[in-house]
Amino acid sequence: MKARIIVTLKNGVLDPQGKAIEAALKSLAIQGVEGVRQGKVFDIELSATDAAAAEATLRTACEKLLANTVVENYAIEIL
Amino acid sequence: MHAAVVVFPGSNRESDVVRALRRSGAQVSTVWHADHDLPAGTDLAVLPGGFSYGDYLRCGAIAGRAAAMDAVRAHAARGGLVLGICNGFQILCESGLLPGVLMRNVNRRFICHRQTLRVERTDTRFTSAYRPGQVIDVCVAHGEGNYFADPETLARIEGEGRVAFRYCDVDGNITVEANRNGSLNAIAGVLSENRNVLGMMPHPENFVEDLIGGTDGRGLFDSLAA
Repeated sequence: MKARIIVTLKNGVLDPQGKAIEAALKSLAIQGVEGVRQGKVFDIELSATDAAAAEATLRTACEKLLANTVVENYAIEIL
Repeated sequence: MHAAVVVFPGSNRESDVVRALRRSGAQVSTVWHADHDLPAGTDLAVLPGGFSYGDYLRCGAIAGRAAAMDAVRAHAARGGLVLGICNGFQILCESGLLPGVLMRNVNRRFICHRQTLRVERTDTRFTSAYRPGQVIDVCVAHGEGNYFADPETLARIEGEGRVAFRYCDVDGNITVEANRNGSLNAIAGVLSENRNVLGMMPHPENFVEDLIGGTDGRGLFDSLAA
C-alpha cells in the first residue's frame, strides 16, 4: 500500500522560505501569485493491506517524527 | 561536576564544549548517540552544536529521537542538569525537553557574528556566576535560531521567568536590530519548568579564552562546575 503525507506550516507561523519563493515568482513576472507557503511531501510504502491500520501507523509516524506539531499540520492520503 | 557530552553524527562543537567544561574544573566524558546510558554519576548532560544528521527533516528532529536522548530524558526527569547549545537547543525542543521550536532565521540567512546577550536570571545552576542584567559578549552561528512558541506557551515561559538570555545591544537594550534571527521576545535561551534544562542558540564555549577574543562564556561553565 502506498501513502502520501503532506506536512504544512500552521496558519500564522512565519514562513521565510515561502516568502522568498513568492518573491522569486514575482521576479519571474509570474502574475497573480498572492501567497506561497512551503511544505514537505513524504511518499511512503507500507506492508499493511488494511487502510485503517495503515492510517493509524502513519498518524503515529507523523506525531512522533514527520511533523513538529508545534508549528506544522499533517495530512495523510492513502493512495 | 561530572559532565557527559553527547555526540551525534554531524555534531561539530563537542571538542570546544569539552574543553570549556574542563577549563572550569568539570570531569568530562563523551557519549555516542546510539548509547543507551549516560555514565554513572553524570551530573550534567550536554548536547553540543553542529548539524546532527545533516539537519535532515528538521534541525534536531532525528537526534531528538536517538537512543541517547532516552537516557538524557530520564536524567532530566530525575532532576539532572541538561545543557543544549545551538543544535543542542534545537534537539531539546524537538525531544520535548523544552517548549517551542527554532525556525529559519527571519532574514533567511545563516548568521555568524559576535552577539551581546542580557543575562535575565542568575538564580540558576547555569548562570550563577553572572551578575543580574549583565551584558555578555559571545557569538552566534546558525541558520535556524528563530525561537517560536504559540502564544499560550510563550506567556507561560515569560510568566514563570524561564528566559535565561535575550539578544540585546551592547548597552543591554532589547532592540529589533539586536535580535537578528527574529526570535519571539528576543529569546536566546530558555529554561525548563524545573530550571534544570537550559537550551541556548549562542555559543558560550567559543569565548572562554582571551586568545580567541573573549572570556564572557566562562561564566556559564564556571556556574555549572561551581
